[in-house]
Formats: sequence, structure tokens, C-alpha cells
Amino acid sequence: MDDLTPLRQQWLDRITAATDPAAIEEVRLAALGKKGEISLKMRELGRMSPEERQTTGKALNQIRDEIDAALRARKLSLEDAALDARLRDEWLDVTLPSRPRRQGTIHPISQVTDEVTAIFADMGFAVAEGPQVESDWYNFDALNIAPEHPARQEHDTFFMHRAPGDDRPPHVLRTHTSPVQIRAMQDQGAPIRVIAPGRVYRMDMDQTHTPMFHQIEGLAIDRDISMAHLKWTLEEFCRAFFEVPSVELRFRASHFPFTEPSAEVDIRCSWEGGQLKIGEGNSWLEILGSGMVHPNVLRAGGIDPDQWQGFAFGMGIDRIAMLKYGIPDLRAFFESDLRWLRHYGFAAGDMPSVSGGLSR
Amino acid sequence: MKFTLSWLKEHLETTATLEQIAEALTDLGLEVEEVADPAARLRTFTLARVEHAEQHPDADRLRVCRVMTDEGEKQIVCGAPNARAGITVVLAKPGDYVPGIDTTLGVGKIRGIESHGMMASERELELSEEHDGIIELPSGEVGQRFVDWLAQNAPEKIDPMIHIKITPNRPDALGVHGIARDLAARGLGVLKPVTVQPVPGSFPCPIGVTIDGGVAGKAPFFAGRVVRGVTNGPSPVWLQKRLRAIGLRPINALVDITNFFTFDLNRPLHVFDAAKVSGNLVLRGACAGEELVALDDKTYPLPEGAVVICDDGGPESIAGIMGGAASGASEATTDVFIEAAYFDPISTAAAGRALKINSDARYRFERGIDPAFTLPGLELATRMVMDLCGGEASEVVTAGALPDTGRAYRLDPQRTSRLVGMDIPEADQRATLEVLGFRLDGDMAHVPSWRPDVLGEADLVEEIARIASLTKLQGKPLPRPRPGVPQPVLTPLQVREKTARRTAAALGYNECVTYSFIDQTSAALFGGGTDAVRVDNPISSEMSHLRPDLLPGLLQAAARNQARGFADLALFELGPVFSGGEPGDQAVRISGLLVGQIAPRDPFGSRRKVDLYDAKADVEAILQAIGAPSKAQINRKLDGWWHPGRAGNIALGPNVLATFGEVHPKVLRQMDVKGPAVGFTIQLAAVPFPKVKTPTRPALDLSELQAVERDFAFVVDPQVEALTLVNAAAGADKALIQSVSVFDQFTGLDNGQKSIAISVRMQPRDKTLTDAEIEAVARKVVDKVQKATGGTLRG
Repeated sequence: MDDLTPLRQQWLDRITAATDPAAIEEVRLAALGKKGEISLKMRELGRMSPEERQTTGKALNQIRDEIDAALRARKLSLEDAALDARLRDEWLDVTLPSRPRRQGTIHPISQVTDEVTAIFADMGFAVAEGPQVESDWYNFDALNIAPEHPARQEHDTFFMHRAPGDDRPPHVLRTHTSPVQIRAMQDQGAPIRVIAPGRVYRMDMDQTHTPMFHQIEGLAIDRDISMAHLKWTLEEFCRAFFEVPSVELRFRASHFPFTEPSAEVDIRCSWEGGQLKIGEGNSWLEILGSGMVHPNVLRAGGIDPDQWQGFAFGMGIDRIAMLKYGIPDLRAFFESDLRWLRHYGFAAGDMPSVSGGLSR
Repeated sequence: MKFTLSWLKEHLETTATLEQIAEALTDLGLEVEEVADPAARLRTFTLARVEHAEQHPDADRLRVCRVMTDEGEKQIVCGAPNARAGITVVLAKPGDYVPGIDTTLGVGKIRGIESHGMMASERELELSEEHDGIIELPSGEVGQRFVDWLAQNAPEKIDPMIHIKITPNRPDALGVHGIARDLAARGLGVLKPVTVQPVPGSFPCPIGVTIDGGVAGKAPFFAGRVVRGVTNGPSPVWLQKRLRAIGLRPINALVDITNFFTFDLNRPLHVFDAAKVSGNLVLRGACAGEELVALDDKTYPLPEGAVVICDDGGPESIAGIMGGAASGASEATTDVFIEAAYFDPISTAAAGRALKINSDARYRFERGIDPAFTLPGLELATRMVMDLCGGEASEVVTAGALPDTGRAYRLDPQRTSRLVGMDIPEADQRATLEVLGFRLDGDMAHVPSWRPDVLGEADLVEEIARIASLTKLQGKPLPRPRPGVPQPVLTPLQVREKTARRTAAALGYNECVTYSFIDQTSAALFGGGTDAVRVDNPISSEMSHLRPDLLPGLLQAAARNQARGFADLALFELGPVFSGGEPGDQAVRISGLLVGQIAPRDPFGSRRKVDLYDAKADVEAILQAIGAPSKAQINRKLDGWWHPGRAGNIALGPNVLATFGEVHPKVLRQMDVKGPAVGFTIQLAAVPFPKVKTPTRPALDLSELQAVERDFAFVVDPQVEALTLVNAAAGADKALIQSVSVFDQFTGLDNGQKSIAISVRMQPRDKTLTDAEIEAVARKVVDKVQKATGGTLRG
């Protein structure tokens, strides 16, 4: 039997000499193709004696496998080299700007409304709504503000036009969110827990006032809800809303026609270097008005004041947004200045939640 | 309401400090707005004694003094003529702030001689205008604080002024006496009673009084009397000081007395010069055309029906608001008619509003003064007039009758505690009411005549709680309405609003909050601006009508931003729009507006003008997010502010869910917005809500068989809509055709025709499709499209 060693070496050398995929294929066909040298030799095995066939066959198989492996390896290494060369040519400037994508924002009023809603929802308060054009009954009379009440004059009310011949008192743009209390009580009866955020309107425009702003109203009526519950609820709210470990509230006797007793609520704070810090310091900041719902108001809402009692409060959404996020000017809230919207706005994904926190 | 501490102490026996009083007032609901304490600026100054004084070697007018201070002897150079050995002076040391010269002292060198401080004049300490020399005190020890010396020897010089805010329900606190009563109830002292010793009249009142029957309701009671032979002139110093301290200008004794009682006892009065009153006084309604020159020398046309006090010559005074100039008391007055009356709050307020006069009298009458104090007030005033101006008093004349204010409410001490959430012993509750002037008869509390605001049991609770101090209230946890994890509370529409808002922001829009009212012109461009939505008293013509739509506000915002140099914008707003002026005529919408270019200039050529397909993509994304059905129709029954050819409504039959497209170029021009501008509006409540709410998804329907896609290009007329073509193709075999999508459009063929290319995806269900079957479906697609659109397969 011939020595197969030179044959093997010859093919391996040719594989090494091939420098592109076409040459590799040529070698493969010449060695292992149907009419390739190795294939032909293997065909000759049939003419050999069994003993010869056994030894030569084994050796040929070995060489065939070896050549096949060498071909594959060579092919792979050539491909790698080609890829390397291609990658070297495929350099791009990664410092170019990315493809533009618009960044939207959520207005602070919406964000803060969501924050307040998240906190009160956890305490079992639903969100009630009501019309912004209101009858004077809902805006005033039902809230224990009789036509001659001085508070009516102090509300700087916007009145809607009345067509000639329509003798009803003119409707008003609601001056507060309190009429929603009445509507919610009429709709749901007692017990009830709602908050009512929304737009309110007063005829006032200067450095710190806009003719439209936002309030949030809270109402909780049950058999034995007291002012002490009110205080706790507001303490919890302020602690959660301002995201501080603790807050201190001061209830000051005051007067609102729709609550009795009434209290203005101040929160302990400091103003160091113009920076407001809630929960510490020696200053007090008035943040909301509150009280126990007046029996006349409960009656207007169709609830028996001898059976039910509870609290109500109201605060400015814009105001608490300004306090929490350090936004200086109320008027800018409604100017839609793109620079302001981008600076003070929130990302779409910043959904306030009790579990994840209110702000980032 | 302003008063001074010493004035308060005329009514309140107290040892409380200014701080305690101020804190209590705020806590009681009489919110302190300002405390002006002259002593606060003087705290650093101490007393010193001049031991030796000699001529300054280099200055004629200066003296070099050796001064004994609490820190030993100091050398001070002084220019005052009275600086001499032996006098007790007020010392300002280096480091002290001297208010009258607005300077913080340092160690100085005056003409070569060191000076360690300053001996102050009254003007330098802002105590008076006195500046002829330094203060010489008749007593006092070296080192004693000057404020302490003043407090003992001249408290009036550092009398603090307190300014409190009075809520409309507390007319009783518009007099110093009423404020003292609140403080006494709080336990800060004892209220000094007001003692009234009537002055007997020594002659009949020469001026009679009647109330015209028509105004008896507005002016129920009027009383007065003449004091003749008075000498009117400047009022005494104490009275002038008191008035000045609260910002009033002293005029003459008679007028100052009326102002004093207004603030001291909340008892407004008026004084007429009796010599200038012709005949008797009649209270009647003003007639049309009548005028009065009031005490402020302005001429007021009198509102018809407002109560006026007239003599034979006509109106002399506007009841409860302001007197007339002609009959006012002057220094020449010798006979004075003092008026004390009770006028109805509502009619006084109405007249005051019509006249636009804000006087101290009106402020009090419209809130409700104490009717029962009318005659006692007149007696006190008479006495003071006689004390200060001399004279002789006539008998009192009256007209009408005082209203009966008697009423009583049940005090339920347990209910008080239950409402307030604070345990207040019954005895304390009763004691509080009694100090406030309530008369307790068993469990009935009779309301004092000076508290018109107390109108029910709840008001008793408020009085008790406020005196007990709400500051002491301890919070008590509010139990959850039901135990366990809170239930969701938002309504489906509220959830939808939240989703729509967050989706719009995620799509790159900046949320705006614009005013609910806009100008009439802009409102009219969007189908509004009618009288039904007109605000009767707008704050400006830019805010006269409720908005019919969100787009005008966004377009105005865009115009403002463009004026600032921001040309490319993506703005949205979610909020109410108003279709009418009734409480129900309100709906919530979301609108988006894209203006200018879709992207800034960049190396990839991303920049291009926004077009309606951008708006369409965004509106579809939001609709999908809020769960709108995916198969809606598109129609062109457009409102006038959309481009008639480049906008569409997304609708379910007649129910329009949303509109998208280009804003009408005319609207852009009128609103000063540089286009292009495209936008969308979604009627959030119009999108149907799911009938059944279940978290379960329908089963996923997957086929094992390979889907087949076939492309077709049709030549159609230019205004054939792609959706018509797509729907026709999809209808060719509803079972087999899973989807049809447009992947190309080519316009500008012969005859203006266009080509639309669609891809039809067929999904076999039970066996692989044969070529013949696919061919059959394709033929049906071509037929259907041809029937629906007249289009032919492109060769």
C-alpha cells in the first residue's frame, strides 16, 4: 500500500495556500469533491483485498476528516479576517447627535393633582367633579353664604351673561371647589369621602393672583368624624405630599361660612436663604382652610346633621405645587412658555404612587 | 383693625406680655397681621452717666466726655449743647444699630479723638422729632436697659401697635372692648366693664327726628341729642396720640370723639353742626337725582332708595356711611347734634357698594354693630363731648325701635367634644360662653346682642373650640372606610384622562394649562363666542368668553412661543370646553398641536414639516391607549377650523370620537401662527367604555400554517381614499384575509390618476393554500377593489 503521508501533506499545504473563499472551494472540490483525489482514492477501496481495505480505508478516512476540518478552519479564519477588514472600514462617528426624539412633559398642576389623588385615594377618598359654570345656589347659598353675606363680595366673582328675559340669578364661574361638596353629597349621601380638584375663578390679576387657579377640596362625612380626625388627615397628607419625615401643623381659629368650627392651617417651616423647608424652623406658612362641615351645608347636601358630621378642607393646587417644587411665579403656570414647561414639567413616566414615592 | 397695647389695657386688666397677647389673638381667630413695637428697635440701648465733659481741642462745638457705662468708663465725643457732667443719658455702643440715623455704630475718631459710642437724642431713637440735645433722664441707673426705663416711666413712648385681620363674622371685634373680651375669655386677663352714667338732658332737643315709613326696615332706630355751648378745637393729646397710633388723622375734638368710639366700642357716631341743620331731621330714601357733598369733599350722586338723613334743605348725611360736608362739625361749631343709630347691615352694604365709599362706619354697620348699645353709646359720647368741649346736653330724641336680637340655642357639651375631638369639661364650656357674654339658662345659651353671627348650636361649638384653642388639638387617625388594601377610586373617565395625558406626554407633547376664557374673536373662529358663554364682568377683553375648544388656547400659546423664537412646537392640553352657559354644558377633551418642523436640523435629514399623518399617528396612539375600538370610520364632516381637504373625523357612525388634520390656514393667519400646524382633538367621553370590565384576555389565536402575502397595485382616481380600497380588498374573503396594508402610493400618473399599492395577507386555517386557491382570492380582491373604486390593476 502507498504511503499516504505525502498526499496528506500536499493537501494541507494547498489549504494553507488558499487565500480567499473561492480558492478554498477549489481545493475542497479537488480533494473531496465527487471527482476529487481523495474521493477517487476512496472509490478504489472496493478493488482492494479486505485486509488492505481495512488499513487503507481507515487511513483515508482519517485524511479526509483531517482535510475537511482544515478546510473549515481555514474558511473560518479567512472569514474572520474579511470581517475584521470590513469592520475596520465601517467606522462611524459615534459622537454625532442621536436621531431627534421629542421629549414631552406633564404640567406641574396635573402632576401635583395626581400626587394629591394618590395620597387621598390611599385614605379612601374618591375623586368628585362638578361643573365650572355653577348656579349661584351651589356656589354660595348651599354653602351657607346668603346673598347679603359679606363673603360673597369678597369672592370677586365672575358672572355669566344672562339673556334678557331670563330672570334667574346669573350663573357664576365657580369661585371655589366647594360646590362639588354639595353635588357629591346629593349624589352619594353619607358616609362619603371625596376630594375634588379643579379649576376655580376669581376676578383678580396681579403679581400673585391669576383669574383662574386650581383648588382641591376634601370632604369626609360619617357618624363621628371630628376635627381631631381632620388634623390627623392633614398631617398625614402634608407629611406624604412634602415627602418629609414629619410635619407640624397649627390650627388657628378662623371663619368660613361653610364650616364651623373653622380653622386656618399653618405648617411649620423655615426660609433659609430663600429656600423653603417644610417640617423644621420657626416660621409658619398658611397652607389651607378647613373645618367641620356646617349643619346648613349638610342639609343643603341632603344629609341630616343630627345623624352625620364631618370635615372639609380646601387648598390651592398651584400654591402647594409652588411650595413643593420651588416654582416662583403663579402667572407663568398659564403662559405655556416652552422653556417653563420643559423646566418645571414632569416626564410622562413619573407617575406618582404611594408605593414608589410621589416625586423622583 | 388697629389698636395699641395701652388702649387694649384700658379694657383688659392683664399682666400678659405683648408676645402672649399677639399669639393668643391669632389663635383665637383674630389673626395678627402686624405688630409694630417701637421697643424692639431700642433693646440694645442702656443708661449711662456723664462723669466729665470738656471742650474738644480741635472743634468748638464738640465735647469730649468721660461716660460711666455698664462696661466701665468710656470716652465719647459729643456735639450736643447739653452734654455735661452729671446727666443720665441713653447710650448706643459700637455695634448698635441706631434707627433714626440708619447706622450701625463703630469706634470712631472725631477730629483726632477716639469716640466709643454715642449719646442719643429722641429723634435718633425715633421717639419724637426732638433733636435739640441728647436725652437727659430724670432717673435711672447706669447699665439699666432704656426700654425697661421707658416701660416704667414713659410707656406711651413705646406703645406697641397691633394690627389684626377681622373675619366678616366678627363685628364685635371691630372695637377694642370686643377684642379684650376675647382675650379675657382665653384667660389673659379680666375684662373691664363699660360703665354708662346717663347724662340727664337739661332742655328739650331743638332738633326733632322722624323715620319715613318706607325706610323703617333699613333704618330701624335713630337717636340723638344736642349739646349746646361747646368749644370745639384740637382734641387732647392722649386722644390725638391714640388716633395717630392707628393711622387716623386728628381733626377736631368733636370729630375725634366719634372716631374714638368707632374703634373703642365699635359704636360709629356722627356729629352735625346743629346751627347748620335747618328744621328737623328726617330719614328717608334718596330720590333720583339727589346728590351730596360728603365729608371727603367729593360729590356723590345718591343711589335711589339709599337711606339719607335730611333736614329741610335736603340730604345732609348718608346713613351709616358718611356725613355731609355742609353740616359737619368744625372748630366754629358751638351747638352739636350727636347721632347714634342702628342701620340694617344689608342695605348699608348695598348703598356703600353703589356709592363705592369705604368708610369705617360702613365697614361696621354692614357687618352688624350691637343694636342694644345705641343709647349707651350716645350717653358715653355725650359725656366725653361735655368733658372735652364743655356745653350743656339736651334730652335725647329717638325715632323707630331697636330690632329684637334675643335668641337662644341649646348647648350640648357632649356634642361639642364629639365635633371638636377634644375633651372640654362642661363647666369650662359654660364658663367660656359666659365670659363671652352669653347668658346661660339651663342648657339654653342666650346670645349677646353684639354677636349677630351666632345663629345656631354649631356657632356655640365654634366659640367654645376657639377659646379652648385649636392649637391644642391632637390629631386622631381617621380609620380607612374599609379594612385592608384600598380600592381604586377613580372613575373610568378619570382613568382615561390620566392615560390620555401621560400618553400625549410620552409622544413628545408638552402639556399646557391655558385659561378657560378667551377673546371673543378667537372663540368665534372655533364655533363659540356667543352671548351664552360670555362672562359679564371679564377681567379683560382677552378673557371674555368661555372657550369652545382647546385649540385656540394652544394656538395662542404657539404664537407666543414663536414670538420668543421657538418655531417648532408640540403642545397639548387636557381640560374642559364649554358649549353653553349652563352648569352641564361642559365636556373634557384633549387636543394636541404640532407646529413647524417635526425635528430640529440634524445630520440625518430628520427635519421636515409636520403633516397630518403625524397628527393621525398621535391621535391613533392615544385612542388606542384609552381603549377605543380599532375599527372606526373616517369621515370628512369637518368643523370650519380644519383644512377641508386635509383633516378627518374618526367616528363610530354618527359618534365622532376624534378629529385630526391641518388647521385651516385662515385660522392660523388670524391667530398669528406661522404654519404648518396640524392637530387633533379627542372627545374623551365619546369613546365607548367597555360594557364588561374583566382582566381576562381573549385566547390567543395562532395558526400553524404559513401565511401568504400578495402585493397589488391599483390605478385609481386621485380622490379615491385608501381606506375604501383597503376595506374592499379585505372584504374579498373575510375568512382568509387577515389584514390589508397600504405600502405605497404614487401620484401623478396619466389623467392625474394615482397608484395605491397594498399587501394582502392570507392566513389559511385548516390546510396549506394551493396556487390555484391563492390565485382565486387574488382575482376576488381585484374584482372587489374595482367595484368599490373603479380602480384597475396596474400593468
